[in-house]
Amino acid sequence: MLEARGLFKSYGDRAVVADLSLAVGAGEIVGLLGPNGAGKSTTVAMLCGLVAADRGEVFIGTGPSRLALDENAPAAKRRIGVVPQELSIYENLGAAANLELFGALYGLAGALLRERVDAALDLVGLADRARDKPQSFSGGMKRRLNIAAALVHDPDVLIFDEPTVGVDPQSRNAIFDNLETLRGRGKALLYTTHYMEEAERLCDRVVIMDHGHVVASDTLAGLYKRLPAVETLELEVEGAIDLPALVAATGVTRPMQDGTRLHVGVAELGRAAPQLLTWLAAHGHGVHRISSGRADLEDVFLSLTGRQLRD
Amino acid sequence: MQFSAFRALVRKDLVLYFSNRRALVMSILAPIVIAAFFGAIFGSGMDKPTRIPIAFADRDASALSKAVAAAVKGDAAFDVKEGDEAAGVALAREGKVRAAVVLPPGFGEQARQALVGGGAKPVVAVHYDPSQATALTLVRGLLSQHVMKALGDSLGGGANGAGTGADGERSEGGAGGMARPSAFSLPFTTEAVESTARTDRPYNGYAHSFAGMGVQFILFMGIEVGVGVLLARRLGLWKRLRAAPLSRTLLLGSHIASGAITALVLLAIIYAAAIGIFHVRIDGSVAGFVGIAIAFALLTSSFGLLIAAIGKTPEATRGLAIFATLVMVMLGGAWVPSFVFPPWLQTASLVVPTRWAVDGLDAMTWRGLGFHAAIAPIAMLLAFSALFAAIAIWRFDWEEPRS
Repeated sequence: MLEARGLFKSYGDRAVVADLSLAVGAGEIVGLLGPNGAGKSTTVAMLCGLVAADRGEVFIGTGPSRLALDENAPAAKRRIGVVPQELSIYENLGAAANLELFGALYGLAGALLRERVDAALDLVGLADRARDKPQSFSGGMKRRLNIAAALVHDPDVLIFDEPTVGVDPQSRNAIFDNLETLRGRGKALLYTTHYMEEAERLCDRVVIMDHGHVVASDTLAGLYKRLPAVETLELEVEGAIDLPALVAATGVTRPMQDGTRLHVGVAELGRAAPQLLTWLAAHGHGVHRISSGRADLEDVFLSLTGRQLRD
Repeated sequence: MQFSAFRALVRKDLVLYFSNRRALVMSILAPIVIAAFFGAIFGSGMDKPTRIPIAFADRDASALSKAVAAAVKGDAAFDVKEGDEAAGVALAREGKVRAAVVLPPGFGEQARQALVGGGAKPVVAVHYDPSQATALTLVRGLLSQHVMKALGDSLGGGANGAGTGADGERSEGGAGGMARPSAFSLPFTTEAVESTARTDRPYNGYAHSFAGMGVQFILFMGIEVGVGVLLARRLGLWKRLRAAPLSRTLLLGSHIASGAITALVLLAIIYAAAIGIFHVRIDGSVAGFVGIAIAFALLTSSFGLLIAAIGKTPEATRGLAIFATLVMVMLGGAWVPSFVFPPWLQTASLVVPTRWAVDGLDAMTWRGLGFHAAIAPIAMLLAFSALFAAIAIWRFDWEEPRS
């Protein structure tokens, strides 16, 4: 439904996006994950037609209805809905009036426009606030209206650029429910975020970007398979650990110490945990707390780039 | 403790203010420019006094009237345009001269009779621009002086015959053995006639005030149009608009149209108040007035778009745009009529679009001029609109600032 091939964009001598390819199918949510400055926003801007790529192509649709964005921008844009990171709504226009405006920009009018506005407001749970102005809304309600504005023309492809920034957990869950509903309706959703837990909850596949490049693109299960250890242990310890010696003696992977916090990957939790505690005690490191968990996308990113996702 | 906190707070304010270079430049530049403007108008630094433009029509063509005409023409205080009565009155009505002096037929003989025998005094009509009425007193005074001198010369005979007064030399009193003319009452009277659209309608000073203030505050609305675009960009609205299947022309064109409509509505309301409450009348061409209003509305809108194109942040842009607007309305004669400007500034201000708007609205209201007088203002306003729009489209930054 949405396909990008070999996108490249540079500003001056600096390549912001280099040879980026991705695809999002109908009824699929693909996460675009990366730290700040990875090139996500520029990628989204190229996918929406806001910024011209130096090289590469973007296609919308499949089969005979497939359109190249740079060759037929108006028709392609009609099939894309964009949810910018910013609250892109008019605070002094009523909720329905906002949607009527954005629907009109896509050529909707009359009864069809009113029908689509009602449907979009209903989907995001704002049908009873249709006449109210967003300036009286909570932050979460504004975010939902921001999403509805991208839905009103019923696009095939929806691109969300960090749509939950500054949203409370309850509203975030409501937004996730909306996205899952849209996936159920066969829409292709591209979701950029730097919140791993969002990507883990929502996305069928994840594209990980760093320094303008795609460093991985796979399902969550596929990404986790790339890790040397799926289980993790986190301990609160005393003193500076000799990490190479620890790895050699216990077989833990990717140890990291940050102050009193020690994080390691383990292949088998039941066997590794006693070995680790024994080694620490033998080397005079008191242990005050221990917890186990499964590897997450943070670990995947760390494994792929050697850097923390939130750096 | 308290003092260090106080000092830190004061220091913070000073650092913040002086680090804002735009605000600093505005605070310094604005008073300098405005002070320089008013100093140039009302100050005493001019090398020579401004010559007053007048028209002079001699319908008598007697020796005396010719002598008066020659004296007036030679007077350093006047810049005389000679012609017939109709042309002179038209110039006064268009504001191109401050007064048109008309010596009636029989002026020479009647004045001579009135001076020596108490006959009926001839009536000299002085058609004056009522928006520049301060010149009327001066015109009357100097005219009296020249008439009395010419009469004195003609009555005194000998070396001081009628022809000798034509050299423009101004003298106190008469010449030769003639009694001093000032000992007599003036041998003529003047009739001051306002050069307005209709003789039955006196000059209404509100007409110019509404033109000036209307132009100024509608331009302020234009600033809001531009700042609105910058705000839309900051809020991401511009991104959503650009993501829609719309051309750049349509996007910018919609801003121009909405801004122009708003300006037109505001101007209509302002003039409705002027007409309803202050009895301002459109005595000239209504079509011309509407044409100027539409052209000015387009100018306002394109000015707003220019602001959006060259501005960076809404806050800084608003300050600079207000300053630019104040300079434009100042030079356009919205605050003080342009005729009080020094001659060089009157000429220079023709490159300021507000001058054409204010003059055009004046021409269509109290001056009562026809559509022909609206053509130049409309053309100039449209030309400025096109220029502003072209620069705006050229300079407009379509892509969002990169994060």
